[in-house]
Amino acid sequence: MSTQLPETETQEAEPETEQPSKGDERRAKRRRRAAERERERQAEEAERAREAEDTVQLKVFRYDPEVPEKEKPRFDEFHVPFTKGMTVLDALMYARDTYDSSLTFRHSCRQAICGSDALFVNGRQRLGCKTQIAELEEPIRVEPLPHQEVVKDLVVDMEHFYDQMEAVEPYFQTNSLPEGELDEQRQTRENREKVKMSTRCIWCGACMSSCNIAAGDNQYLGPAAINKAYRFAMDEREGEDIKQQRLEIIEQEHGVWRCQTQFSCTEVCPKDIPLTEHIQELKREAVKNNLKFW
Amino acid sequence: MYEHDVIVVGAGGAGLRAAIAAQEEGADVAIVTKLHPVRSHTGAAEGGINAALREGDSWEDHAYDTMKGSDYLADAPAVEALCTESPKETIQLEHWGMAFSRDEDGRVSQRPFGGLSFPRTTYAGAETGHQLLHTMYEQLVKRGIEVYDEWYATRLAVSDDERPEDRTCHGVVAYDIQSGEIAGFRARKGVVLATGGLGQVFDHTTNAVSNTGDGVAMAYRAGVPIEDMEFIQFHPTTLPSTGVLISEGVRGEGGILYNAEGERFMYEHGYANNAGELASRDVVSRAELTEVNEGRGIEDEYVHLDMRHLGEERIIDRLENILHLAEDFEGVDGLDEPMPVKPGQHYAMGGVETDENGETCVAGLYAAGECACASVHGANRLGGNALPELIVFGKRAGQHAAGRDLGTARIETGKRGEYEVGEVDTPVTPGEVTGREPGDVAADGGAAPDGGHEPDGSGARETRSDGGATAELTPDECVERAVTDERTRVDALMSRDGTNHANIRAEVQQSMTRFVNVFREEEGLKQALRDIRDAREAYQDVAVSDPSRTFNTDLIQTIETRNILDIAEAITLGALVRDEFRGAHWRKEHQERKDESWLKHTMLSWNDGTPEVWFRPVILEGEEKAYEPKIRSY
Repeated sequence: MSTQLPETETQEAEPETEQPSKGDERRAKRRRRAAERERERQAEEAERAREAEDTVQLKVFRYDPEVPEKEKPRFDEFHVPFTKGMTVLDALMYARDTYDSSLTFRHSCRQAICGSDALFVNGRQRLGCKTQIAELEEPIRVEPLPHQEVVKDLVVDMEHFYDQMEAVEPYFQTNSLPEGELDEQRQTRENREKVKMSTRCIWCGACMSSCNIAAGDNQYLGPAAINKAYRFAMDEREGEDIKQQRLEIIEQEHGVWRCQTQFSCTEVCPKDIPLTEHIQELKREAVKNNLKFW
Repeated sequence: MYEHDVIVVGAGGAGLRAAIAAQEEGADVAIVTKLHPVRSHTGAAEGGINAALREGDSWEDHAYDTMKGSDYLADAPAVEALCTESPKETIQLEHWGMAFSRDEDGRVSQRPFGGLSFPRTTYAGAETGHQLLHTMYEQLVKRGIEVYDEWYATRLAVSDDERPEDRTCHGVVAYDIQSGEIAGFRARKGVVLATGGLGQVFDHTTNAVSNTGDGVAMAYRAGVPIEDMEFIQFHPTTLPSTGVLISEGVRGEGGILYNAEGERFMYEHGYANNAGELASRDVVSRAELTEVNEGRGIEDEYVHLDMRHLGEERIIDRLENILHLAEDFEGVDGLDEPMPVKPGQHYAMGGVETDENGETCVAGLYAAGECACASVHGANRLGGNALPELIVFGKRAGQHAAGRDLGTARIETGKRGEYEVGEVDTPVTPGEVTGREPGDVAADGGAAPDGGHEPDGSGARETRSDGGATAELTPDECVERAVTDERTRVDALMSRDGTNHANIRAEVQQSMTRFVNVFREEEGLKQALRDIRDAREAYQDVAVSDPSRTFNTDLIQTIETRNILDIAEAITLGALVRDEFRGAHWRKEHQERKDESWLKHTMLSWNDGTPEVWFRPVILEGEEKAYEPKIRSY
């Protein structure tokens, strides 16, 4: 089953200096049998699932630049037995653990807080772990996030997304820290309420992937990064001069003014952050700020 | 080879805090993490951070509650460090901008939590961990600390002196998930393990899929003792279908538990006549399961947690996240109906043995956070004590690793000071499969690699063959050697035929949930050891079938599965040897706390594949007072 890689092939090709012992042969034989059993089991499971009544049909995007059979992108079909409450992530994990251990996707917390399993499911950006299978039309098409480079199968390169997040100085800055190390910088409940939704971002990248502008303009900061700037700009504990600096960052050529209020980011955000609203509010702040100099 | 002063493995709360602290000490620090930092499981913590911040509260009360909650199995020096430093560390987060919930006067809010004598749990809605993780990652970005994200650390580079107490850790070996490159990370000053929990040892857990106990297993196999592994916390309120956590904050705010007959069983069946739903977690978990076992559960599986009477406004203000979780993962609207809950694995009180400065018995090796056992939680962790643990001990470990003098620790590590050797009667031989040879299942990841490196046990220093003569290995060579061993292991796993890890993993998880759960009995524990043994045999044939070096999750999970095996066995061995009932550890045959014989920590040493049990007395003497064991009632 496993295909040799060039580097290991070279090693294998070298003449063996030692004769393999009887024990080695026995072990190798045992492993081959184990692999054989594994393949049989997978085939049986797949057959059973195909024939069973309550199964879900998934069409999953596959691509691996390193493996000849997967170099050309394609869709694989998996039949997964349906259970109540099953999510897209559950189905993918079932397919991986039961039929094809090379099926690759990111996931971790499976409770919508780590943000690693944003996928393109039936034509929309969603978190695999909080998308119920029962709510989707079959066959369920699972693809990597659009507008991002695919590393392998459903895994995309997130570097650009992280770079944009970091471009907005995504950290709290204040010049009026209280003196005592146990004294808080007081914040009104109203102000916390104002920034609350913006702090919920889990960096999943769904918004960026859904944004037409970001797709066409690689330098556009994008909804997540602008929301991050909003989180700090609207926090009353950051002083006026720092807010000024922030507005300069988001007002740059590829900042807030690129947004054409299509609301696609807001629609797909799994944490219900009103991203478009936040971007518009920063535009208003920027205008107000510029008017001050007149 | 990459080189830094301090290498932090893991980027959750403890790892990030350690990195910041080390950098503040002037060290060149880097983080190696198998996820991106914002994906770490700290983000899933909901409840809050215990800190004595208010008038009427004191760190002494916090320490008292913690010692009592631990069922007198926590070490006082560590608990006192936790409680004296938590206020400052919590406000430090506030100064970094963390979005805590606020009182009317603009100060951070605090709320009651189980087992606390004062409402000292500081929180940010029901998403405290998410806010904490992101706030600390922001500080990391601000400071420009280097992060090797999606690099999976799989092996420690430790010298092979015979006694672990004489060994030195020179770095780690990690595997770049995106490219498949295996590289050495040399740490000039120290390695801090901050790899988090091990919930994937069980099949019903609140833990992330990535919480496979990697750091604990790596350190264990490198000879570092692991401590109190039998103490696994089961959280009483997890969603039955997925294990998703419903914060203790719900009960803290006044949520009520009901059985199928609509009885408020915590009171009506006398489980905790004073504290009711806010008794500590072990008490509530057992109460729930007893209700189910006695036929008063709903669908024979769970009980109800009701928060409707709190009113929409308060729920939205303080527990909004819970509404989303119940809706998305269980299809229940918490405003309209009670939520189904049952106990699930939640937290490992045990872990890598450290002192109160985060240092292990191996020079240059530190551990902090859930993977470590300092020990502050003893037999049972109080809700709201995990997050202060991350920031307090993350900071201390980071500082110490960077060279700051934190004074002599009062807790001793390794086989130093007072300890006794123990024995455990097992139905099968635990530890490695005997008769294995190099390359057979090259999936070890321990200190002394398989074959070729001073197997004579002569106590020789790290040696190398040098044209007949031997000389000490330099730190660089020690790391290089570990890299070579790891490459051999991975090549073997990838090039051969064999069985898939997934079934092996599932079988261990199911056995653990069946036999080493909230309720434990001797025969069940023995059966779990047999099952783990079978899984070890099966693992001999494990192979990675995905041939790709790019993002090979098959390979990662195969390596993780080996960690799960070693950890599962350690938990079960500890549970079998401790024949008493203390904190989270319940034994059917032993229904009492046995202070005369069990005020001691269970220690396990790997000893090149032969686990050895020994004990160290618990330290109940604090700086100014001793904590007298009392009957734990709530």
